[in-house]
Amino acid sequence: MINFLANPERFTRVTAPLRPWLVGLGLALMAWGLYLCFASPEDYQQGDTVRIMYIHVPFAYLSMALYAAIGIASFFGLIFRHALADAAAKAIAPVGAVFTVIALLTGSLWGKPMWGTWWEWDGRMTSVLVLLLFYIGYIAIHNAIEDEQRAARSAAILALVGLINLPIIKFSVEWWNTLHQGASVFRADGPTIAPAMLWPLFVMIAATHILTAWLILVRIDSEILARKYRALRARLSYN
Amino acid sequence: MLDLDMGKYGFFVWTSYSAVVLGLAGLIVVTLRANAKHKAALKALQDGSGHDTTGLDT
Repeated sequence: MINFLANPERFTRVTAPLRPWLVGLGLALMAWGLYLCFASPEDYQQGDTVRIMYIHVPFAYLSMALYAAIGIASFFGLIFRHALADAAAKAIAPVGAVFTVIALLTGSLWGKPMWGTWWEWDGRMTSVLVLLLFYIGYIAIHNAIEDEQRAARSAAILALVGLINLPIIKFSVEWWNTLHQGASVFRADGPTIAPAMLWPLFVMIAATHILTAWLILVRIDSEILARKYRALRARLSYN
Repeated sequence: MLDLDMGKYGFFVWTSYSAVVLGLAGLIVVTLRANAKHKAALKALQDGSGHDTTGLDT
């Protein structure tokens, strides 16, 4: 499958018809999810701040998932030199960085009324901040190095090094005594959230992930177009 | 029943949702504009007009 889609032309041909469906489904789910967010009951301890969870959790998941995607694409780009791998990783990075900022910001806005502080240097928050720094580093390398292949190689190495941070983020709440609560959705013994709050959360997770898939497909398409443009321009100036 | 009155937590809840709207809308606008720009630049080059008004030449 990866080999099949590694061809940029084929990738565009296969994914272009999917894009309108993804954006339509994503927006419809987002509208439904937002309705559920404000129609669900308030938490008996957290009051209305629990509604921040419906956006904080999906974007926190996405910030990690997108970095994992960059890591996998970087691996294929570095080892197998897939034409599309670096384009995909480069297209994903700014989205991941913005989503990490959203996760940090909404976490801080949720933390202040609940914990009494905007920020604490605990395991979870610090490791997510480190994730943001990896995203910024990845983007900076691509912008700083003019030679496209050298930039891709250097950025890919950084991305692979940064993968070590993902399990640290995931297990930080178990390894250290953190202010951040432990996992409450994806647990071996099932979610600990009431169904009335779990459903809006699941709908928002689905909506944000589908919209992100659409956004990334459009960004990869842009990256393919930009590379085609540069290649054609180089060929024309050579002739 | 929709409840939009966040009481004393209004600032925290609405600022969070505003950050998401700003971040997501910003990404979508930047992405769609870049896509249109790249399409136009490539088309101009393929048509052989030689006039690239998209700024991608720089």
